Amino acid sequence: MSAAAPDVHLATTRRLTSRRSRVELTRLFQRHTAGVVGGALCLVITLVTVLAPWVRPYDPVAADTLHLLQPPSLPHPLGTDELGRDLLSRVLVGGRPTLFASFCAVVLATVAGLLIGTVAGYARGLVDTVLMRLMDILLSFPFILLALVLVAALGAGVPTLIVAIAVTQVPLFARLCRAVAMSIAATEYVDAARAIGVGHRRILWRHMLPNMVGPVIVQAATTMGLAIGLVAAFNFLGLGIQPPTPDWGDMVSDGRTYIFTAPYLAFFPGMAITITVIALSFLADGLRDMLDPTMR
Amino acid sequence: MLVSILRPLIAIPAVLWATTTLTFLVLRLVPGDAVDVLAANMPDPHQQAAVRAAWGLSRPLWAQYGSFMGGLLHGDLGVSLTSGVPVSTLLLGRFPATVELAVIAMLLTAALGIGLGVVAAAARNTWLDYACRGLALLGFAVPWFWFALMLIVLFAVQLHWAPVSGRLSAQIDFHPITNFYLIDTVLTGNWAAFGDALHHLALPALALGLTGAGFLARTVRAMMLEALRQDYVRTARAKGLRRNAVVMRHALRNALLPVVTLLGLQFGSLLGGALIVESIFAWPGVAKLLVDAVFARDYPVVQGGVILVATLFVLANAASDILAASIDPRIRAER
Repeated sequence: MSAAAPDVHLATTRRLTSRRSRVELTRLFQRHTAGVVGGALCLVITLVTVLAPWVRPYDPVAADTLHLLQPPSLPHPLGTDELGRDLLSRVLVGGRPTLFASFCAVVLATVAGLLIGTVAGYARGLVDTVLMRLMDILLSFPFILLALVLVAALGAGVPTLIVAIAVTQVPLFARLCRAVAMSIAATEYVDAARAIGVGHRRILWRHMLPNMVGPVIVQAATTMGLAIGLVAAFNFLGLGIQPPTPDWGDMVSDGRTYIFTAPYLAFFPGMAITITVIALSFLADGLRDMLDPTMR
Repeated sequence: MLVSILRPLIAIPAVLWATTTLTFLVLRLVPGDAVDVLAANMPDPHQQAAVRAAWGLSRPLWAQYGSFMGGLLHGDLGVSLTSGVPVSTLLLGRFPATVELAVIAMLLTAALGIGLGVVAAAARNTWLDYACRGLALLGFAVPWFWFALMLIVLFAVQLHWAPVSGRLSAQIDFHPITNFYLIDTVLTGNWAAFGDALHHLALPALALGLTGAGFLARTVRAMMLEALRQDYVRTARAKGLRRNAVVMRHALRNALLPVVTLLGLQFGSLLGGALIVESIFAWPGVAKLLVDAVFARDYPVVQGGVILVATLFVLANAASDILAASIDPRIRAER
């Protein structure tokens, strides 16, 4: 009994935890069906997009003059465009620039907003006032307009677009982080940490930041959907990515020429954007329910 | 009451100053100026320098800023680099088209957003609720430019219900006075032109309005559910008031207050969406002028257009603040 008991106990615990995790997973799914489905869909879209060069059936930039503007068929499930290029392959590959640029913009906005908001909410006083007034000025422009000014100033291109879209979203992150930082800064454990002489930097890293992860992730997921729409819109206008790289927004723009004869050219890439944004929206709502009970 | 009206108004000049200054600085602080853009046609450096001096671009930044702000206060926004026409003339000529489109789209957004939200909340967790929420989600997720194109495919190309682009058919005999076509046609009693203008407005306004409606419907639904939980709703039901009366009279009134503020913000995203929708429908408004100017790198026009659109947004927000305060005594009391 003395030697065997701990082992048996350990094994039972392990079996129990594995069963519990399965039960928890089922419960997670039942409680947040939309969120889990959205998350799974996002995962699939990400995988397909990342692996697009290997899973696409045809070369997305190779012209095929024998099969121009063919409606959807078995060999070309989404049809072919004006140069005979396979639309399915182009839609698969076309997600890469859009999703990459949106992702970069969201990461940039998150980091900048986290920095500005946390500093403002923790330092208060003049720093807070100056930073937040700056954010208010940025918010007094409509998103697309602000991004358009920046693109106009910096010249069209993907890096510009990423910066421009990030700038439009920074104020929202900064405001959120400031609010969270202020409420955390007022808690007793921060007071206690300060009382025993912990430095500002350590308090920010160890006590504030970990508690801000939840709301920030929710905001980032919401922003990602918005960023995809913005990136696609600028690519559509021709102010982002330059051809011949296939891209969803750019493909809808190309499809405009054949809107009367081959409307599917514009339809499918737009559907891809819509499905991605819907999946992200489900994921964001699910994450909000799970991580941030105060914002429900 | 007076204070609650004055407060948003006092903030307007400060916000306008900030937005115009930011626009000026962003377009000025980047390397290169308008002359660099034209340099391809002007290889002689002396000539370039002469044009710079003539346009005041060689002066220090603060001096340029001074004369820019001075001109702005007199309504002088500079001259377009591509057409040589004063920017204020260009903008004023196109401003009515944008406002007309934005107002009609805003009405659509409000009607659809509030309608969907209220129905969804009143029919909570039924198929009707799910249908409304699905529609709202679609409106929110569908990209503007694609939705506009699909409207053209369906209603203009397939069904021939609406024209593809423009503000008015060529064969209509009509001479604009204020350039607000809907107003002009009513004032002159030209009903054929009025109908035609409305017909041309339908698709762009729908494209602009539906996207905002999705977002609005989500908020209205949440606000309605919150309001329907309140004690006064239960009391109203308990004293025998019909369900619909309670929803419309008690819950909706209280749920709409935050929506008024939201509509002001929504107007901003609508103006942003106009940048794309106007381009697609060849709508001769400010937004299309602005996008074209970005491509032509016509900076005075970009600057003027951005300032005009940002001003509209600021004014709309102030208006919605005032409206919210005049409807809701609690907001007044807070201040």
